Amino acid sequence: MRRLRHVLDIASLERDDILRILDTAEAFFEVSRRPVRKVPTLRGKTVVNLFYEPSTRTRTSFEIAGKRLSADTVNMSVASSSVTKGESLYDTAKTLEAMHPDVVVVRHGASGAPHYLASELACGVINAGDGMHAHPSQALLDAFTIRRHKGRLSGLRIAICGDIAHSRVARSNCVLLRAFGNEVRVVGPRTLIPPRFGEAFDVRVFHALEPALEGADVIMCLRIQRERLGEPLLPSNREYSRTFGVGPQHLSIAAEDAIVMHPGPMNRGVEIDPRVADGPQSVVLDQVEAGVAVRMALLYLLAGDGGSSPEQEPR
Amino acid sequence: MLLLRGGLVVDPSIGFEGEADVLIGDGTARIVSQPPEGVATRDVSGCWIVPGLVDLRAHLREPGEEPKEDLASGLAAAAAGGFTTVCAMPGTRPVNDNPAVTEALLGRAATLRGARLLPFGCITEGMRGETLTEMAGLRAAGAVGVTDDHRPIDDTGLLRRALEYAHTFGLLLMQHCEDRGLSRGAQVHEGAVACRLGLAGAPREAEEAAVARDLRVAALTGAPLHIAHVSSGGTVALLADAKARGVAVTADVTPHHLSFTDEAVRGFDTNAKVLPPLREAQDREALRAGLQDGTLDCVATDHAPHTPLDKRRAFDAAAPGVVGLELAVPSLLALVREGTLSRQRWVEASAMAPARLVGLTPGLASGDVAVIDPDFEWTVSEQTLRSKSHNTPLLGRRVRGAARLTFVGGEAVFDREESGP
Repeated sequence: MRRLRHVLDIASLERDDILRILDTAEAFFEVSRRPVRKVPTLRGKTVVNLFYEPSTRTRTSFEIAGKRLSADTVNMSVASSSVTKGESLYDTAKTLEAMHPDVVVVRHGASGAPHYLASELACGVINAGDGMHAHPSQALLDAFTIRRHKGRLSGLRIAICGDIAHSRVARSNCVLLRAFGNEVRVVGPRTLIPPRFGEAFDVRVFHALEPALEGADVIMCLRIQRERLGEPLLPSNREYSRTFGVGPQHLSIAAEDAIVMHPGPMNRGVEIDPRVADGPQSVVLDQVEAGVAVRMALLYLLAGDGGSSPEQEPR
Repeated sequence: MLLLRGGLVVDPSIGFEGEADVLIGDGTARIVSQPPEGVATRDVSGCWIVPGLVDLRAHLREPGEEPKEDLASGLAAAAAGGFTTVCAMPGTRPVNDNPAVTEALLGRAATLRGARLLPFGCITEGMRGETLTEMAGLRAAGAVGVTDDHRPIDDTGLLRRALEYAHTFGLLLMQHCEDRGLSRGAQVHEGAVACRLGLAGAPREAEEAAVARDLRVAALTGAPLHIAHVSSGGTVALLADAKARGVAVTADVTPHHLSFTDEAVRGFDTNAKVLPPLREAQDREALRAGLQDGTLDCVATDHAPHTPLDKRRAFDAAAPGVVGLELAVPSLLALVREGTLSRQRWVEASAMAPARLVGLTPGLASGDVAVIDPDFEWTVSEQTLRSKSHNTPLLGRRVRGAARLTFVGGEAVFDREESGP
């Protein structure tokens, strides 16, 4: 098996890589449920969380993952107001390089920024979300959650609802779920799905909720970002919740045992009705729990000694 | 005087194509059947002797951005690329919106060895799209055309007046066509690749909508309009239609739009980030066909040098543009070898048509001559490029075709034998 050098997007992972990450995460999942939730695996390793965009969930999840593996975890939050987008990336990269981290976890508002950092840094880079491009750890934790609940990761009908155009979560999920042979449907108003999206990701495109949810095994809701309301994409939250918000009435269209997912943070009452968000079919908190396990797996596979045996060189 | 022996002469100005000896010097070049005695001779067999290439659109960065390029390096790079004349875009710092800047550029260029410089001035003061520049003054100082460089004239009324006024003084108006509402925030072409990469894209229609409008305004005024760096197949169709209706429009296409598609952007290669963006295979095919059938009149490099500081960045923060002065010949000759472009059309589009557009009389008799070695193989690298900048997706690649000798007004301004590969 090849050693993972970076995790920049799902498209550059092979199926076997993904399965190895998920299987490794299963092992770490149990660690988080022990009375002492810490293993010495990454003792002496340094993980830098470099966040150019505000994030509570993802950053905390990576931080806890690092700490449970006994890595030294450092958070660097770069106020996006103080720098023009991307301008200081080169200097940041060089500064980081001098500190010899083992893994840099980066979130950035510009698509491709982690790829750029990876080209400048000798250490491993994990993309914790770049612009509209990719959010691989989210797609992996979603896959982990789906596999746990459905017992499989293929042959499922999965509907992804909402702001597809601006969503790195949607993109990474489409790539991963299609790679495992699922039927993926994206649904939203035409302003929020690029014209070429269906072709680009080999998914089915819908512009109304009901047909998209018919028989769905998994319903993924995406967050409607408030700033989108400033652009001529959506007139109001109210109209959005009426037309594309997932409510209890939709669950009867989907498969009986459908699960409802959301990457968080949720706008209750906008893209998801509170009765659905907090209902029995919601697996939102399972996703959060899976997040720590999956990120432990990523850090372990990048920084740990178990990623490959000595004769298996990085390719 | 220098005698070029054994080359294939292609000179559309006298309708000649065939092997011949050419005597060059005293401000001219001519075919000779009986070479005079005692003249220095150069064997150029296997090479093509053609009228010097003319670039309608290059960013030479002087004044203001000399770390990227300056007149000395830019004009030397042009000469090494077979160009005898280069039109400098006015988007410098400060911009070339007044006769003093134009004169200063020409004064400096006169001291340099390389291609001839012909400046374009701005259409509007400060390139702000508000007030027309003093175009009569620009013309008197030596400008051959006006353009607001990469900024389109958004205001339709202003475009009309600009076309009329520039026409009054015999200045060619060159427009970058872009509907900036449709291209807002765009980093690349809006297509499947942009979708995959999560980059905001400009649809073809951002160019086509602007071209359609500009063609109407050109028809209204009767003034000549030149459309820069056509990137979309739909634009080629619009141009064909306008030309059939007798609109005085001309257009150019870049070597990179003829060579690459948006696939080059995959992996976030900032060297493939250009304005307008690289589009899809169907566009590239339409551009190639349009160049061959004459709908697209000329090739222009849109040479846009940038330092690594401008390019080694996250994609959205990287500056758009590629260098082109030394890559036009190998890029275009690849099409000639493939058979998508005839040699005659290459000469017409690279030398004859652009020369006429800026008031030159192209042909060997002018003494502006390029000797092109179509089989010279070289590697594009920081060492082989004369330009100060090396931003191109071709970096590190082997290419075929280069100028061997370049003459301006009968004087050699480039000789590969003395300056190395």
